[in-house]
Amino acid sequence: MPKDSGIGASSKRREDVRFLTGEGNYTDDINVHGQAHVYFLRSDIAHGTINSIGTEAAAGMPGVVRIFTGADFEGVGGIPCGWQVTDRNGEPMQEPPHPILAQGKVRHVGDPIAAVVAETLEQARDAAEAIELDIAELPAVVDMKAAAAEGSTKVHDDLTSNICYDWVLGETDEQVVSDTFANAAHVTTLDLVNNRLVANPMEPRVAVGDYSRGTDEHTLYTTSQNPHVIRLLMCAFVLGLPEHKVRVVAPDVGGGFGTKIFHYAEEAFVTFAAKACNRPVKWTASRSEAFMSDAHGRDHVTTIELALDGDNNFIGLRTNTHANMGAYLSTFSSSVPTWLHGTLMAGNYKTPMIQVNVKAMFTNTVPVDAYRGAGRPEATFQLERVIDKAARELGVDPIALRRQNFITEFPYDTPVALTYDTGDYNGTMDKLEAAADIAGFAARKAESEANGKLRGLGVNCYIEACGIAPSNIVGMLGARAGLYDAATVRVNATGSISVMVGAHSHGQGHETAFPQVVAEMIGIDESQVEIVHGDTSKIPFGMGTYGSRSLAVCGSAMVRATEKIINKAKKIAAHLLEASDADIELKDGQFTVAGTDKSVAWGDVTLTAYVPHNFPLEDIEPGLEETAFYDPANFTYPAGAYACEVEVDPETGKVTIERFAAADDFGNIVNPMIVDGQVHGGIGQGIGQALLENCVYDDNGQLLSASYMDYAMPRADDVPFYTVDHSSQTPCTHNPLGVKGCGEAGAIGSPPAVVNAVIDALQSGGKDIGHIDMPVSPSRVWAAMNG
Amino acid sequence: MYNFDYEQPSTIADAVAALGAEDAQALGGGQTLIPTMKQRLASPSKLVSLAAIPEMKGVCAEDGAVSIGGGTTHATVAAEAGAHYPALADLASHIGDPAVRNRGTCGGSLANNDPSACYPAAALGSGATIVTNAREIAADDYFQGMFTTALDEGEIVTSVRFPIPEAANYQKFVQPASRFALVGVYVAKYADGVRVAVTGASEDGVFRWSEAEEALNKNFSGDALMDLSINPANMIGDLHGSKEYRAHLVGVMTKRAVAACG
Ligand SMILES: Cc1cc2nc3c(=O)[nH]c(=O)nc-3n(C[C@H](O)[C@H](O)[C@H](O)COP(=O)(O)OP(=O)(O)OC[C@H]3O[C@@H](n4cnc5c(N)ncnc54)[C@H](O)[C@@H]3O)c2cc1C
Repeated sequence: MPKDSGIGASSKRREDVRFLTGEGNYTDDINVHGQAHVYFLRSDIAHGTINSIGTEAAAGMPGVVRIFTGADFEGVGGIPCGWQVTDRNGEPMQEPPHPILAQGKVRHVGDPIAAVVAETLEQARDAAEAIELDIAELPAVVDMKAAAAEGSTKVHDDLTSNICYDWVLGETDEQVVSDTFANAAHVTTLDLVNNRLVANPMEPRVAVGDYSRGTDEHTLYTTSQNPHVIRLLMCAFVLGLPEHKVRVVAPDVGGGFGTKIFHYAEEAFVTFAAKACNRPVKWTASRSEAFMSDAHGRDHVTTIELALDGDNNFIGLRTNTHANMGAYLSTFSSSVPTWLHGTLMAGNYKTPMIQVNVKAMFTNTVPVDAYRGAGRPEATFQLERVIDKAARELGVDPIALRRQNFITEFPYDTPVALTYDTGDYNGTMDKLEAAADIAGFAARKAESEANGKLRGLGVNCYIEACGIAPSNIVGMLGARAGLYDAATVRVNATGSISVMVGAHSHGQGHETAFPQVVAEMIGIDESQVEIVHGDTSKIPFGMGTYGSRSLAVCGSAMVRATEKIINKAKKIAAHLLEASDADIELKDGQFTVAGTDKSVAWGDVTLTAYVPHNFPLEDIEPGLEETAFYDPANFTYPAGAYACEVEVDPETGKVTIERFAAADDFGNIVNPMIVDGQVHGGIGQGIGQALLENCVYDDNGQLLSASYMDYAMPRADDVPFYTVDHSSQTPCTHNPLGVKGCGEAGAIGSPPAVVNAVIDALQSGGKDIGHIDMPVSPSRVWAAMNG
Repeated sequence: MYNFDYEQPSTIADAVAALGAEDAQALGGGQTLIPTMKQRLASPSKLVSLAAIPEMKGVCAEDGAVSIGGGTTHATVAAEAGAHYPALADLASHIGDPAVRNRGTCGGSLANNDPSACYPAAALGSGATIVTNAREIAADDYFQGMFTTALDEGEIVTSVRFPIPEAANYQKFVQPASRFALVGVYVAKYADGVRVAVTGASEDGVFRWSEAEEALNKNFSGDALMDLSINPANMIGDLHGSKEYRAHLVGVMTKRAVAACG
């Protein structure tokens, strides 16, 4: 019987009432009395030396409050990078300054040169057009391999080269690596591109800065997945403000997908300008600005080699990746191709020898950082594509080849620094084979062929490291922040509960799922529990939402805080029932003395906590409010197997997705409906990457896909109805809920399934095609078929 | 957007007069013009809306032709032209999304003559007559290359007369991002011959594929097109498809349109 409330129930998302009725309160809905508007004049060239910026005429235009340039930010810190990667020689990565407004040079199309604050946005734009720019254009660095070459133009003149770091993970003894490949019975090699993406949340970025002279307090309203992180970075590294004088509010956020994790220049700017102008200052990105200033995702160019022995066991894996950082280091950019990517190269397989090489490159493009999955989709794509290619080269069944090499014993130490605590990859694959009706594929294929279409089946596995992250481990790896989380459970006098959480909900359904946990623990109705998030003045210092961490990390803090509440409430109940607290049981919201019919209700205990007329004041304090911080012992390892069936129109090259099945092991599940939704959305984005989305620069660093006219987002009719099965459950061994996280799985697991399916279709149609880079667009498929 | 004046006349004559002002521009559904203005790429001094002119609206059939008012929205054409000219209604029903179809107009689309737009293929493929406030222009003379038409400054497309064919079909292969036509082919079979108009493909905008017309005049079937191909040299090559791919698609879409004509 499905439950209808508490853990395991598909409770309807309570937040949808306001989202679907237009009652959401997004940052752009916030207008502060007296606010001025800022327009950023952005570079329309990719690379150039700023000779002069003439603002005199513009400053006299109607409505202009003040014009800022890079000169106003000398002595002010730049945007920091939150992760210092150490290269293969033990040297720290090259870390160039990232000023709020360009200083000396512009380094990508969209780099902000000047900011005009005016009474209205149109006045600010008018004035921006009157700014006289003298910028001497320099050659643009666009291609990553060319950027690495000796003598390439440098994006940052003060660095030794365009290489941010040259990093290695796993086997560092070259002899061992070359011996492994020399002894292999078969080596499969694949060159591939993991296409650059633009996250494109429905809500563009917005920031409103407000400052009070009376109190010397700043408020920043911003579209963020992690308001405390923004406050910390902005106060400590950029503006030098004391945190207690700064409040950061991230109200309803209309989609993040990673791109709203990072601290952006515009947020720091409005905070700075609000004080400098003594006016609230508001900025709302246009969609065009979003394309050229939101951090982009992916953009790896990789060669991967898989060595197999004569029995088709994986014996070695070597990868060489160029990863694009863009023009500056965004907040988590450096960690994505390294600790979120290299560490996942073992996948679900017991490959004993792995070497991962990554060169991170500066180019004259928008900074690249985490996007749903962040590093793990790049790892999964190359690994699952090379395995598929190996299976085809060897003429063996791709599922059987995977099963043969699965890790089956846990805990398992990979050669690339992780310890998988638990999993059941064969069990999950069994679920997939059933969910995808793989047995019925041959009949469906025959039907497609009768209609003149090629049909292909693609299968792959994935594993991700989520529940980010154990602070001590990531600290050793270069993280400059802790990655614990925090929750405060405040029980009100009449028994309802407010839970202040560090996690931020921007579509994930926390407002529904988190209360399910607390309600279950206490035995009260879900409606009695509410979470509070998104405002540093209300919530404890938690680290926000990304890396499928909210329930696994913040949820664990919430469980710990609720346990403290229950322990204290039992003491109060024991006092009221004149019993020992060891004998008190809590069930269905009633405290009972074990073995008796003496009981007191939750509400009576909570009221007593705040009206402590009859209270053990000598033993415990009145009130019922507890905070817990939780730092995970390990990452969590959601894993799964996906299957995609496509039809290819051989005349046009158009691929349509006919079926898609996902079998995921997320450990325990709090709200199955929300999990289905997260998987659906993730697969939709994965299909977007696989078939449609591509962010393209030309040789001059001009962004060619700068609007929806050229950047193809997936639409409803591009995706099929999904079959999602998450009944394969091996609970996480080290967090109290046994949950692993589900937010990124779909985006990580789906791209290789789609491409594997297309290759299967083309090969079964008699075409000798080993690989097509994403997006597998009609023109690329046609070109491959006719190449 | 820069500031501009706005007028909403209720007759063609008043509209023409209003368009006499320097840098005045007609506003149809605004689906192209307004985004351009928001980007500050156009700065008309005055917009003259054609949305409230009754004589420019509606669909009516007379003398073997369907006449569409220049101010008629795609949604109206989709809903009302089907009884007389199903292929035209079908084309209109696949332009953009509902919001675009509820505002965008036949006259606006033809005046704009986007090289990837659908209506130009229908007009050229049907041998339509573009009726303006001043004259009548044959489709063959009207389209003069990408974003270029025979219209003079301030001239308004008041209606378009589409002769009704024996059979017709439009095949649109969408550009994945914009969902305009990457290649669109309009085939219409008339008693006096077959017309094949191609949009989306050429650097010269919409064009008639005369070799295909000749072949189809002899034998109206896909087989007649087997040996024909289009020279890729003048095709558009961009992110979404090479010149060669577009040339190939012209052949495929023409065959499919002929097959769909039945
Ligand atoms: C998201 C989106 C998707 C679209 N998809 C497609 C598609 O798939 N296929 C397609 O064909 N089109 C598509 N369009 C374009 C749409 O069809 C518009 O209707 C068309 O671009 C212009 O028509 P309009 O009435 O909006 O003209 P406006 O934008 O108002 O005007 C366009 C130009 O024509 C002039 N003009 C307008 N009306 C007249 C007139 N009666 N006489 C003379 N000049 C006039 C204006 O001065 C202006 O120069 C799409 C547009 C959008 C925004």
